Amino acid sequence: MEFYQRDRTLQPAGYTPIYKTSVARSPRQAMLSLQGSLSETTGPVFGQNELGPLDNDLIRNYAKDGDPIGERIIVHGRVLDENNRPVPHTLVEFWQANAGGRYRHKKDTYLAPIDPNFGGCGRALTDENGYYFFRTIKPGPYPWRNYVNSWRPAHIHFSVFGSGFAQRLITQMYFEGDPLIKECPIVHVIPDEDAINRLIAPIDLNGSIPLDTIAYKFDIVLRGRRSTLFENRLEGN
Amino acid sequence: MVQSLDYLKETASQTAGPYVHIGLIPKQAGFDIFENNFTNIMADENTRGERIIIEGRVIDGTGTPLRDALLEIWQANSDGRYNHELDRQKQGQIDERFRGWGRAGTDFDTAVYRFETIKPGVVSGRNGLDMAPHINFWIVARGINIGLNTRMYFADEQEANATDPVLNLIEQTERRKTLIANRDDSGPVPVYRFDIVLQGENETVFFDV
Repeated sequence: MEFYQRDRTLQPAGYTPIYKTSVARSPRQAMLSLQGSLSETTGPVFGQNELGPLDNDLIRNYAKDGDPIGERIIVHGRVLDENNRPVPHTLVEFWQANAGGRYRHKKDTYLAPIDPNFGGCGRALTDENGYYFFRTIKPGPYPWRNYVNSWRPAHIHFSVFGSGFAQRLITQMYFEGDPLIKECPIVHVIPDEDAINRLIAPIDLNGSIPLDTIAYKFDIVLRGRRSTLFENRLEGN
Repeated sequence: MVQSLDYLKETASQTAGPYVHIGLIPKQAGFDIFENNFTNIMADENTRGERIIIEGRVIDGTGTPLRDALLEIWQANSDGRYNHELDRQKQGQIDERFRGWGRAGTDFDTAVYRFETIKPGVVSGRNGLDMAPHINFWIVARGINIGLNTRMYFADEQEANATDPVLNLIEQTERRKTLIANRDDSGPVPVYRFDIVLQGENETVFFDV
């Protein structure tokens, strides 16, 4: 078993001058392409017993004396692979700013206030169908130092594992209709318009709870597995 | 027109950003939220194998160490077995006390990352060729658009390193040294120092895995 080669034409390059921090932090030498061995096709396994009951409820998992301020939302979707097969029992982690665009982080000094009832992080395991969900409040946009007037669109960070370490992925989910998406240098390091659109979650009225919480749907696709047809060269296992 | 292949496309990567700690290591962000945290301590008193510490920095193209990087490592146990169903090697045993995975942030002040783990064994590679003991690294940070993969090898495994099929793929033999960590035996637990250089002179070899 190995994974399909990563399609680098759909992925951001390391060196992307519109996102200034990437300039000094991107390798200049070509990466060495490696066929998969056990070191790449295996990866860590996590269990439901490692997660707490509120880990996927960001409205409650840091609440001290009430609910956090902001639009109540559900984010849900599936983790799939490129063969359109679900990735079951894999760890999905997410983190975000609060409704005012401020992170609960000692290095964030933006003037919007910290919300005493909002931590801004959570995690879930996908079920046997690759499905995950969590409840949170919609994050706000915020300014950042790239150009002097750069603003991040509202977004939620996602970290996903998959079954092998070569599938490891971090990305960001954006919200349908956000006018800041088209202005954002971090979004536009992605060289492919369709690949950008796949990061934008649509409103999902069917997934919403009427009079309570609106839903956004966000599917994540990890690299697919190549099955071994007519394989002459054995992998040594 | 031909038929459609119907494959889905991999989701595009985005930077982990400066606040990655909130999501993945919230204690470093400055708060406590989860009962169970994923950490850089990978071995307990019952884990089999030689205890080691891995320490280092992640250095940018100006020579400045990153204070906001996050690293994850994935490794075999001391028998050379990965704790995963796809590892069907005959040698040794899975160690239930060792997942083989850890995560660490570089320190906001010292810029040093640290893992407490055990030294892995030899793993069988492609075409039946043994891979020298090694640890798989994945590095993300603000300014890194897509996670970087590399491997750490052990300086005291000279013989195994010499025949390692991955090290031997690196055409410029000089660059192989960027993947080899030196061992320091001066403390109670051996320390391997492994700096990762993102760019420029002595740039670490990264893999498109």
